[in-house]
Amino acid sequence: MMRRIKEFFIEKTLLATALLTVLVTIGIIAVLSVEAFNFFKEVSVWEFLTDTQWTPLFTDKHFGILPLLSGTLLTSFIAIAFAVPVGLSISIYISEYAPRSFRKTIKPVLELLAAVPTVVYGFFALTVVTPFLQGFIPGLSGFNSLSAGLVMGIMIIPFISSLSEDALHAVPNSLREAAYGMGSTRLQNAFKVMVPAASSGIIVSIILAISRAIGETMIVAIAAGQQPRLTLDPTVPVETITAYIVQVSLGDVQHGSLEYRTIFAAGITLFIFTFILNTISYRIRKKFQEKYE
Amino acid sequence: MDQVFKYWGIFCTLLGLVLLAIFIGSILVDGVKRIDWEFITNLPSRKAENSGIYTALMGSVWVLVLTTIFALPIGIGAAIYLEEFSRKGKLSSILEVNISNLAGVPSVIYGLLGLEIFVRVMQMGSSVLAGSFTLALLILPIVIVSTREAIKAVPQSIRDASYAMGATKWQTVSMQLLPASFGGIMTGVILALSRAVGETAPLIVIGALAYVPFAPSSPMDDFSVLPIQIFNWISRPQEGFELNAAAGIIILLSITFIMNGIAVYLRNKWQKKLK
Repeated sequence: MMRRIKEFFIEKTLLATALLTVLVTIGIIAVLSVEAFNFFKEVSVWEFLTDTQWTPLFTDKHFGILPLLSGTLLTSFIAIAFAVPVGLSISIYISEYAPRSFRKTIKPVLELLAAVPTVVYGFFALTVVTPFLQGFIPGLSGFNSLSAGLVMGIMIIPFISSLSEDALHAVPNSLREAAYGMGSTRLQNAFKVMVPAASSGIIVSIILAISRAIGETMIVAIAAGQQPRLTLDPTVPVETITAYIVQVSLGDVQHGSLEYRTIFAAGITLFIFTFILNTISYRIRKKFQEKYE
Repeated sequence: MDQVFKYWGIFCTLLGLVLLAIFIGSILVDGVKRIDWEFITNLPSRKAENSGIYTALMGSVWVLVLTTIFALPIGIGAAIYLEEFSRKGKLSSILEVNISNLAGVPSVIYGLLGLEIFVRVMQMGSSVLAGSFTLALLILPIVIVSTREAIKAVPQSIRDASYAMGATKWQTVSMQLLPASFGGIMTGVILALSRAVGETAPLIVIGALAYVPFAPSSPMDDFSVLPIQIFNWISRPQEGFELNAAAGIIILLSITFIMNGIAVYLRNKWQKKLK
């Protein structure tokens, strides 16, 4: 009897720890919504979505999220444009070309790239990559989205290479044997058979990498600048949503002021984007698991 | 063509690693001469050459210890529940989706959560405690996912044998599964903590300071951490501070790489044992 009571309490305690994770999500959504709601009592949603300037810290205040959004998308796009071809090539090389034993050593080594703290990457972008690129691009500003984006790309390479490689690895060997049996070269096998067969896993890895790039903070806060600007020019300073949140947090902003609420309005915008991307990738992953089980 | 792609693949694989090596090399050249005993034991200062990382390092140690204390039992508990206790159904699928989503929430958003809940509503202020709670929530999904994988890797035969001997569920978990998966769980926990040590943005958002004159002596004290100190030095224009940032980065990277090394070592050892 005592034993059963003990088992019961232990199970409920464990359940409580699991439910706590749901509480965290509810907490995030509630906090962002409440403060953003207060923000939108003072600034109209229309102005937030259409104004082309973001100047909450100036005397002439504008609250248009577009410049922050364009900064975020521009740096993320550069990162993805760099990381996807490189990451995919790595995953194909490891799964189709490299010796079997190579896989076990190289994957943890590549994952080191994602283990380096982002503040370190920011320093790298600012003090090494930007001066280097200025040698080729004379007009490149000291803060710019190009070098921040490229360095962010280095950081997210392992997200793409590792997850894509897992997907390629999970493709049944019979497909590979059939392709070689038909006289395919390794390259034909890789791109005409393996990549299509593993496409859902590869897409998941890319979506997760985009989500990671959009939410990345320190690299862009350090190397991309703090000037909200609606532009697609990668050589000038911009500001991302995340960098703005950091910029305000570093200053002395009064709790309950409109400036304080802007970071939550910016935060909920960021959250919605990453939430949509994460949900899509989760759905695809669930389907993909069923396919091979 | 086939050969071309092979060399392209090798080039890509090495690209990121070579860039990282170049960068670490250049930092070592700059920063190593700045590192001495005084750099580690000095308080921060307005003069670059007198500045040290003592307060930030102590802040990081405090945050790390408290984060572990909060995240470990909750993360492992939730993982045990999901792996061994929950039945397939609505609740378990909600929990699954939720954890997968939490893992993808940007760290700066956890900072906003911590700022509102811990700093304001619970009135902890920008203290070590508020920072540790925030980071604990941040690494919770990582701890849960890796713990589940470790428990899942324990062969079913061990569970069957334990139940056949008349053991209860909890006895099976605590006496068989946890000891058998211990190495795997520790690997995941160390990787999660190495992530926490390097986190900057959420702690800036909850208001951790760049300049703290004393090392924290209680969980309610103000604090700084190593990455914030480095960030502060990076954002100062004077030459001397860039050198300090490089030296600080060497210390931070050493900590991160040592933790990752331990994790890989534990994983290999544990996987061998499991076989």
